[in-house]
Amino acid sequence: MWKFLHKLASPPHFYDLSAKIIPWFVVPGTILIIYGTIAGLFYAPPDYQQGDAFRIIYVHVPAAYLSMLAYTLMAVSAGIGLIWRIKLSHAVAAAAAPLGAWFTFLALITGSIWGRPMWGTWWEWGDPRLTSELIMLFLYFGYMALRAAIDDTTKADKASAVLALVGAVNIPIIHFSVEWWSSLHQGATIVRADGPAMPTEMLFPLLAMILGFSLVFGALLLGRVRSEVLFRERRSRWVKNVVLASGEQG
Amino acid sequence: MMEALAMGGYGGYVWSSFGLTLIVVIICVVQVKRRHQQVFSDIKTRLRAMETDQ
Repeated sequence: MWKFLHKLASPPHFYDLSAKIIPWFVVPGTILIIYGTIAGLFYAPPDYQQGDAFRIIYVHVPAAYLSMLAYTLMAVSAGIGLIWRIKLSHAVAAAAAPLGAWFTFLALITGSIWGRPMWGTWWEWGDPRLTSELIMLFLYFGYMALRAAIDDTTKADKASAVLALVGAVNIPIIHFSVEWWSSLHQGATIVRADGPAMPTEMLFPLLAMILGFSLVFGALLLGRVRSEVLFRERRSRWVKNVVLASGEQG
Repeated sequence: MMEALAMGGYGGYVWSSFGLTLIVVIICVVQVKRRHQQVFSDIKTRLRAMETDQ
């Protein structure tokens, strides 16, 4: 097991393996998203309170879920990199940030578009769920700006890891905000003690979208880590071989 | 057909959410590919420069 993990964390091995794995994320992920979109838009029954506006859930929930998953992944990888000095984990943390920022942006925008007809407002300052999600967007920006400001990769890894770990307190705040404080935002629908509060025709497309977007996110992340690894190892022999072997295709 | 697209009057909100999501995913894919090509060409340039130095 340890031998396998060690081999996996070795940059050249990761680079080869990830190229083979990516299609296994992209193909099922795309199929699930296509199914979820069609079933969610046209086959799921309208919500008895929200009518057809509830269908925004099919993009909003995956985006919000991935925005938090990406941050958790970034903070955990950064922490592992800081403690065990595994090069690959710093590369994962750096790769997760821009993707996390995009999904946070998407969660905020789709939430805002949903809030307009349901709450009568695009945005509510001071709402705990909305504010903590916005803070996460700024944490991602801060993390990326800090990395960009430090030329030395090793120093950038360390400084940004500390920022990622400190900012991680925001994750449970986002998650529990709708329970701890009164919020415009509705409570949990899927993960509840009494089971999902949704009929299956609504629930299955949502689960398909969450899984599909997670797989696509995984592929995007692997793609970013590949570039990151190549750049970090640019002076090594194996990268030279990879680049030369690629010929003119780039 | 038109009725299904109108989403009971919420069509604008629903379709713009899905449209934006598609745009963001496309941007993410393009960024990943561009970044990879950029790193590749940077390394290639460096290797060529080293060859001419020798």
